[in-house]
Amino acid sequence: MSKTKKFDRRDFFRGTAALAFTGAAWGAVGEKTEGTVWQLDPNKCTQCGRCTTHCVLNPSSVKCMNQFNICGYCDLCFGYLQPGSRARGTGAGDQLCPTAATKRAYIEHPYYEYLIDEDLCIGCAKCVNACLVFGNASFYLQNRQDVCINCNECSIAKACPSDAWSEVPASQPYIYLTGDKSTTI
Amino acid sequence: MMKTKLAILVLGAVLLSATGAGAIELKFPPPDFQTPYGLPDLYNPPPAAGFGWWDTVILFGALSLATWFVFKSRSRRGLFLLSIFSVAFFGFYRRGCICPVGSTQNVMAATFIPDVGVSAIIVSFFVLPLLFSLFFGRVFCASVCPLGAMQELVAIAPIRISPALERVLGLGKYLYLGLATLGVATGAGFLICRYDPFVGIWRMGHSFNMLLAGGAILLLGVFVARPYCRFLCPYGVLLGWMSRFSKWHLDIPPSPCVSCRLCEDSCPYNAIDMPTPEHLVEDPETGKRRIRAYVFLSPAIILAGAFGGYMMHEPLSRLHPTVQLSERVAAEDLAIYQEEILESETFRAGDQTTAELHAEALAIRGSFKKGGAWLGAFMALIICLKLIGLSIVKKRDIFTPHKETCFSCGRCYPYCPVEEAGATT
Repeated sequence: MSKTKKFDRRDFFRGTAALAFTGAAWGAVGEKTEGTVWQLDPNKCTQCGRCTTHCVLNPSSVKCMNQFNICGYCDLCFGYLQPGSRARGTGAGDQLCPTAATKRAYIEHPYYEYLIDEDLCIGCAKCVNACLVFGNASFYLQNRQDVCINCNECSIAKACPSDAWSEVPASQPYIYLTGDKSTTI
Repeated sequence: MMKTKLAILVLGAVLLSATGAGAIELKFPPPDFQTPYGLPDLYNPPPAAGFGWWDTVILFGALSLATWFVFKSRSRRGLFLLSIFSVAFFGFYRRGCICPVGSTQNVMAATFIPDVGVSAIIVSFFVLPLLFSLFFGRVFCASVCPLGAMQELVAIAPIRISPALERVLGLGKYLYLGLATLGVATGAGFLICRYDPFVGIWRMGHSFNMLLAGGAILLLGVFVARPYCRFLCPYGVLLGWMSRFSKWHLDIPPSPCVSCRLCEDSCPYNAIDMPTPEHLVEDPETGKRRIRAYVFLSPAIILAGAFGGYMMHEPLSRLHPTVQLSERVAAEDLAIYQEEILESETFRAGDQTTAELHAEALAIRGSFKKGGAWLGAFMALIICLKLIGLSIVKKRDIFTPHKETCFSCGRCYPYCPVEEAGATT
């Protein structure tokens, strides 16, 4: 290897290549430099249950939410109670949720508030489906951005049969119910 | 700032859905509470802060440290320790995302697909190792890449495979790069991420098959060192191209080589170019004639490759989920399958008609015709270049690392008895 300090033709090409390369890559950044995160559109979700099984995390980063302004606060909540359960109690045998993540609190007769314990929720969408079929469809799934590790290719998105998953801007990481669904059912 | 933004967002969403909810008829009208009760706020935590630019800073730091170990301290031990750090930090702690290998696809997606952008941090992850490679060789592979570092750590009893087999298997990484590009360009998905063998290990969970593949590659890697890097890594192709033209590169002896042959067997990657054996030194005219023949034949080979790739468009297009669904639905309609799968069931419940689906799949298959031809031409070009490269016999008297394939891992350092020129011993 020559030890000359001269800036020769090869160096020139190398420098040009490096500059062109960085420039081209930076050009690819374009205007959209903001990061994206994965989210599912609850209005497209068909409650297939794959969010539970296909997330690289266990339990899944997808959790159930209750949109309170749609919720009917029903005493007989089908998202909460097992179909045909004798008592409207809080016993495990009466609950629809396989992990007992739905909690209910008495507000006034005959209304109950339903909350989700997200540490227990596995995103199986059983309650979402029951509320959609029998109730106001106020339960819906969302990808919890503080739990999600934001894989480059989301395993759930790849497995989703209803094309509900997409990458959304990190500044607007949640997609809310628009209420269309409860009208179509 | 973030909090107020979020609050506005939540408020906006609530108002929006409130008007929406007012317009639609709910089965059970929301109650009019007699007791004082306010609707709870929607709990919407922002994305985990992540490291942002710190990731890039740490990557730059690790690359600089690796360069220092390769060139200044010539320390195999230092590189080994840095490998452990990379596996622990980029692998287990950051859980393998983002990584420069996968970032290739984000950059390609931003290039090929309109409306798809890529964040500056991801671009920095893509560019930094390539720039370091252009100036210092593949120091990134040496001990910064968590995939490479992991395999470097398990390569305990490496055997050497024949250079011929090495070259043939090495074509795998070009094919993988081509397929990954095809996957991105046609919208089939990010194949490099989907078939990343180690990401399941970083995250302690994945599909059983991928964990099995990762385990198998590690087990194989004990004996055949770095199988992923040598035969599969698509980013390694780009790094190799950069490294071939690198300004500086690892040298086995720090001073002139004395051809003592002690390093001959130290490289498990077939990346040391030996002095040219006597029987290979040939008449320059023969060599020139052979190269001329290859160059003359290349266009025909490339055309044949493009045609072959074009003919493969049908199986290749099955990489795309829409094509898979279309074929499944068609097969169900022809009663080849008696049962519906979840995908076809969901499709049939949706608004899209079967004809629309098949038309969409046909259009995608069309893009695979073009993509397949490019893929075939690319592979043929690579094979031609390799053949031409093989037929150039350079007279060499010393042991030098092969700049394109050398991972700069420093395994050869302890074998070299030559001391630093001017060093006192």
